[in-house]
Amino acid sequence: MVKQVKIKAENIDFYYGKHQTLKNINLQLYTNRVTAIIGPSGCGKSTFLRLINRMNELVPHSRVSGRILFDGLNIFDPKVDPVQIRRRAGMVFQKPNPFPKSIYENISYGLEVNNMTDKRYIEEKVIDSLKKSALWNEVKDRLKDSALRLSGGQQQRLCIARCLAVEPEVILFDEPCASLDPISTGKIEELILELKQDYTIVIVTHNMQQAARVADYTAFFLLGEMIEYSDTQHIFTAPHDPRTEAYITGRFG
Amino acid sequence: MNKTAQNLGFGFLYLTMFVTIGFLALIIFFILARGSQVLSWQFLTAAPRSGMTAGGVAPAIIGTLYLTAGAIIFALPLGLCCAIYLCEYSPKGFIVNIIRISIHNLAGVPSVVFGLFGLAIFVNYFKFGVSILSGSLTLGILVLPMIISASQEALTALPQSLREASLALGATKWQTIKKIVLPGALPGILTGVILSVGRIAGETAPILFTAASFYLKGYPKSVFSEVMVLPYHIYALMTEGTHPEKQTAIAYGCSVILLILILLVSFIAILIRQKQRGYQNG
Repeated sequence: MVKQVKIKAENIDFYYGKHQTLKNINLQLYTNRVTAIIGPSGCGKSTFLRLINRMNELVPHSRVSGRILFDGLNIFDPKVDPVQIRRRAGMVFQKPNPFPKSIYENISYGLEVNNMTDKRYIEEKVIDSLKKSALWNEVKDRLKDSALRLSGGQQQRLCIARCLAVEPEVILFDEPCASLDPISTGKIEELILELKQDYTIVIVTHNMQQAARVADYTAFFLLGEMIEYSDTQHIFTAPHDPRTEAYITGRFG
Repeated sequence: MNKTAQNLGFGFLYLTMFVTIGFLALIIFFILARGSQVLSWQFLTAAPRSGMTAGGVAPAIIGTLYLTAGAIIFALPLGLCCAIYLCEYSPKGFIVNIIRISIHNLAGVPSVVFGLFGLAIFVNYFKFGVSILSGSLTLGILVLPMIISASQEALTALPQSLREASLALGATKWQTIKKIVLPGALPGILTGVILSVGRIAGETAPILFTAASFYLKGYPKSVFSEVMVLPYHIYALMTEGTHPEKQTAIAYGCSVILLILILLVSFIAILIRQKQRGYQNG
């Protein structure tokens, strides 16, 4: 498969008030590839991820400069509606955050807010999304139950299903396994590898083994700067920068 | 030694709780004992007769229901929208804090002051007269701070992560508020409404000059009619008239009805809340 650029960040600077949390980030994300962003807490990796679907602007006193091109479209162009960007770039959060609604409604919600009214289509989409997120067999008999009755790992897969239902092009994972046990983590990782056939995937993670297991490319962030970016194998076996090496060998972070 | 001190402490706390509950039980028992003898179907459905010494108190019950409903119809949408604006839309900072503090302070204004305000504004300036409309608006303003505060608390308590989840799916802000934020905050908002209903149904001072009438023949015909109201009727029975012993019994009867009305409303609201919460907690 030919490597295609899906998202291109150019000279991204980001500020919370006076504090600069991202410094001149330049990064390309490729279609049908998994890109991991690693780095210690506070390095700006989640901030960067949340720029791609324009979630950061919900935070007061935040300011961004530079461009992020999404299939060539600058998402910060004043004419671009953030709602449109969020429909194209779905997000899975650090803590599973299902709505306090039924399992079915959790998934149909995204379709309804996107003005889908065909009941049969919605139902098919719900089932399809649950199958794709490997949750169908566990919940098919209780779609009307509250989503909050599911286990943490199931809730996270429901959040993935919810995200898939609105047919995004990119899926942003923000430390999706941070609150999960190893078995649930394994299931999510398997899922990510499967999903990359249809989506462009970015995953922010604390867990370097996780990056090594799922990612084709890995970017290392430190104190708001991108220190190194290359294919995963390269970064874990022969890092260029001594700081990258220090981090992946566990000397800090 | 420590053990003894601890036991003494527990004993004291236990006692205070017992005293509090004791008072509550005493009030209910006392009012029921004094009031239940006059309670009958006729008492609930008939109008007062023979100079308020016989017959029922139906017009006052109806009047209380009208005023309470009117006040909530006015205050709930206004208070809720105000809370939504303050929590979801307004920029956070100095001005919003000032508004929030002002609203809290408004809740502390004595109710008779609201009564005078209602007289000046609704009765005289807008020329609504002494009427259900004037009384409802006055009571509505009285509970507005309570509804705003309760709604604000409920909205703030809703996790930010749910809003983010909705927005990340491509929902607009308004869709998020309508379909995620409001349903999630509903139990808290209902708590505000329950408290408000209790407050409105029992208030006398704000309706003294704006809605209540001492004695009326028949039932109110429109929102511009004066009404008889339970709390004011109790006051009238206890201070006017020529047969104190009969009137006192009727006054206790009114108290029982008022108590039951408020308990009933609270009970219904609690049921709704439980249902909602049960679903949310899985």
